[in-house]
Amino acid sequence: MVKKEKIWELLEQVFDPEVPVLNIVDLGIVRTVEMNDHTCKVTITPTYSGCPAMKTIEEEIQKLFQENDIEVEIESTLSPAWTTDWISENGKNKLREYGIAPPENEVDKSVLFAEATVVPCPLCKSKNTKMVSLFGSTACKAHYQCNECLEPFDYFKCLR
Amino acid sequence: MNKQEAILEYTLRIADDSLLLGHRISEWCGHGPILEEDIALTNIALDLIGQATNFFDYAAKVQGEGKTCDDLAFLRLEREYKNVLLVEQKNGHFGDTIARQFFFDVFRKLFFESLSKSTDQDLAAIAEKSLKETRYHLKHSSEWIIRLGDGTQESHDKIQGSVDYLWKFTDELFFMDQVDELLIKENIAVDLTALKANWKSYISEIFQEATLNIPTNGWQQAGGRKGLHSEHMGYALAELQYMQRAYPNMQW
Ligand SMILES: [Zn+2]
Repeated sequence: MVKKEKIWELLEQVFDPEVPVLNIVDLGIVRTVEMNDHTCKVTITPTYSGCPAMKTIEEEIQKLFQENDIEVEIESTLSPAWTTDWISENGKNKLREYGIAPPENEVDKSVLFAEATVVPCPLCKSKNTKMVSLFGSTACKAHYQCNECLEPFDYFKCLR
Repeated sequence: MNKQEAILEYTLRIADDSLLLGHRISEWCGHGPILEEDIALTNIALDLIGQATNFFDYAAKVQGEGKTCDDLAFLRLEREYKNVLLVEQKNGHFGDTIARQFFFDVFRKLFFESLSKSTDQDLAAIAEKSLKETRYHLKHSSEWIIRLGDGTQESHDKIQGSVDYLWKFTDELFFMDQVDELLIKENIAVDLTALKANWKSYISEIFQEATLNIPTNGWQQAGGRKGLHSEHMGYALAELQYMQRAYPNMQW
């Protein structure tokens, strides 16, 4: 019988196609792993409702497990809804190194026009940055620019 | 009408609102006034179509006839779509699109907040998921309402014109009938009358900052929830359904 640890190790080899530096465990979309005698069940949850990466991720898991002779059943669940709080510290560091600012702890989203969140530049670390657009290259990102080094960068926006 | 039929109808109404608006906004792809806005609108369209997918999946499950999400989205006749008239209206100019989006986003945020407490676990889960995205949509449309309203004379006049034109479609957002009544008794559906005051006060607040007026014209147009649509619906469906009608069962 395959050990549960082995399953998690395998899942760490599956990457988010839209943020290729993050594996799906770091991203926090793997919710549970259940073991039976010969099969295992992996439950994942989408980041955004229309996230086009989900299908690719499922296929990647299937492929990798097949190569390792493990039968896997993948289930998708919506509740509890994914939040950026589930991105691991490790994942946040990887994002920063990759040039994407990780989600900051933002105040309640329902408070409109509250003071804008300070997002440090992933390149020069300056806090003097500005939001260019709330919506960036993928559903999960906003578009920012650094006022100091002028680097345009993605911000993995807070979702709670 | 039994409970199962009511849940199906109820879920389709929500799904159709998301689908039609998502389809409409996706028409902006490649036509946005600036690149950032082009990307923002297509992101919002993607969220809405994703939400529609979740609601259609659930509707298909409730229906239990072996149909898929795609069957429901692409293969019904016009009168079987139960979206409100607001979401099928044409994009018009950018201000028209933003005004339509703003009225809808304010409603949707309040609606999903309530629906996430539904005793129907599936509806509650989809609502909880969708709510997080809707907050971003609302922030986006609210900021544009303020920027356009409190911008130049021309942008102010244009967005006020959009608001005045679309106002007649807003009452239908709060339409309720026996479907809602039956499901409210079971704490499944949202009592929309309870949302209306908050909807209006939020709009007043943003309009005040945007120096816009809430229209006083009382005439309201409805029909979508009963399947009676405006002339624009047929054109939207023609484009939406073309591939499945021309090449039945084709796969992407
Ligand atoms: Zn910088």
